Amino acid sequence: MTKALLACRGLDVRYGERWLVRALHIEVGAGERWALVGPNGAGKTTLLQVLAGVRAPDGGMVELGGRPLDRWSVEELAGLRALVADRWFDPFGSRALDTVMAARYRFRFATAGASIKGGDEQALARQCLAAMDCEALAHRDVRQLSRGERQRVALAAGLAQQTPLVLLDEPISHQDPRHQVEVLRELSRRAPCTYVGALHDINAAARFATHALLLTGDGSWQAGASHSVLTQERLSPLFGTEIVQVQLDAHRIFVSTGGVPA
Amino acid sequence: MHFRELRPASFLALLAAAAILCLLAALRFGSVEVGTGALLHALVDRLRGGQHSSVAATVLSLRLPRALTGMAVGGLLALSGALLQALLRNPLADPYVLGVSGGASCAAIVAIALGAGAATIALFAAGGALAAMLLLFLLAHRALFVRGAALEQGRDTAILLTGVMIASLCAAALSLVLTLAPDGRLRTMVFWLLGDLGGAVSLGLATAALFGWLLLLFVGLRDARALNLMLGGELQAYTQGVATAQVRRRLIALTAVATGVAVALAGAVGFVGFVAPHLVRYVIGTDQRVVLPAASLLGAILVLLADTMGRSIAAPLQLPVGALTALVGVPVFLWQLRRP
Repeated sequence: MTKALLACRGLDVRYGERWLVRALHIEVGAGERWALVGPNGAGKTTLLQVLAGVRAPDGGMVELGGRPLDRWSVEELAGLRALVADRWFDPFGSRALDTVMAARYRFRFATAGASIKGGDEQALARQCLAAMDCEALAHRDVRQLSRGERQRVALAAGLAQQTPLVLLDEPISHQDPRHQVEVLRELSRRAPCTYVGALHDINAAARFATHALLLTGDGSWQAGASHSVLTQERLSPLFGTEIVQVQLDAHRIFVSTGGVPA
Repeated sequence: MHFRELRPASFLALLAAAAILCLLAALRFGSVEVGTGALLHALVDRLRGGQHSSVAATVLSLRLPRALTGMAVGGLLALSGALLQALLRNPLADPYVLGVSGGASCAAIVAIALGAGAATIALFAAGGALAAMLLLFLLAHRALFVRGAALEQGRDTAILLTGVMIASLCAAALSLVLTLAPDGRLRTMVFWLLGDLGGAVSLGLATAALFGWLLLLFVGLRDARALNLMLGGELQAYTQGVATAQVRRRLIALTAVATGVAVALAGAVGFVGFVAPHLVRYVIGTDQRVVLPAASLLGAILVLLADTMGRSIAAPLQLPVGALTALVGVPVFLWQLRRP
């Protein structure tokens, strides 16, 4: 058995009085792409924060790289996982390029000499921006970007941290149809990167993910390979609305009919 | 916020040059005017260890400690102000917002009421500042020490509000002491509360304060990059590798020491610590690696200017520096605000 990059062992997560997840047991192997799917308020963002080590679990534990999360230092964690949130605080102005380069904080000693020339660091930041199709925004003030553009800059910053695991919170929530496809395709291409991402769009999840974790919000969950978990039989009761699966060429398309699930 | 095409290095060099000019002006102007030539001569002589007894030498021995102390006080206050505004992400923060100076003032006023000498007053002030800081760390324990709690929303507000409460408590105690104090000492107390450099007569202490300022600036600068990240949200900074709670503790302790030293040296000089960081950010943006030293230098300049004015406009009467900092600062600030 290969060692999992990220493992939840009997993980309990609570929000206030409500149990979001109970006894969660999953193993995320290197190179896998997991989609977190569930209705609003099911605890996707909260679970991502627990997996990132930002929030303490309410029971059980999370292992990253074979070691419990709380045994890694803040500095070490920054080298293992990045978290791309879907809310950004830009109280003061900053260029998109600087925002991406700031994500390289953990390399500040290694690149202290190089940053005088600044060449390599900047080239890397530009590559990450280019991968997210926003190299043209490099010198723009992040406060003046549209939400979709700002989101791609945040994704570029996540890539620039160069971690084996990237946690994504609704990574395409503000993207237009073209960028929804391109962003996820580009992320998939960056093997051996491992992703755990909350995704609202089931079709995007089906296209992007190798595995899926369904969260109901009452503590129960289902996990497994994407094709066996993302099915109309499981998704309809999960969202409390009828969801029908259609086969279109090689793609599975999910359509919400608005009916009551059987 | 404007992005002007001014390089950070040239901006800092400009401020440093201005600070030196203001220092020379502070030595030259006052109730007795000495020629620049005689002054420079005396200054060079002094640096060589000579003991001439010209008028210029006498004036120098009185004004040099005062000017250097003023620089250190302005620099320390502006440094604390810049750090707190960034740390609490609140543009209204100033060095006094966390109640450290309240503690210092309280203790100092008690010392004055008891008839203590200048050295004892300064010691009391330092002790009061320390006590207020410890109280803050105790009361805001959760926001500062519990792992992960610093990432909860509203934690910087909790620290800020705790500080404001400590400040209010000190203000109440202060008014009590003021009311009960003997009339003869009230004038000293008022001067102290306004901020006054009249007590700065020791060149040794002034030099030590100056080095203390530079040392604290250096320590603060080591966290400047982390602070830049924290401006964009504590959660983001944490996942990018900043030990946010530690940085926060360290910098709050640093501002407490800086404010405590400044208040012990010159009383509660107002306004500088608030306005200097603002003016700097208008010109150069928010990169804390530039803002911290630039605000510090500007604070030194403002206090020097205010004190030189205070000694000159009503000479031979000497006005307390704290009465004039706002007088110098407000027009500059408003002029900046009005610029497109």
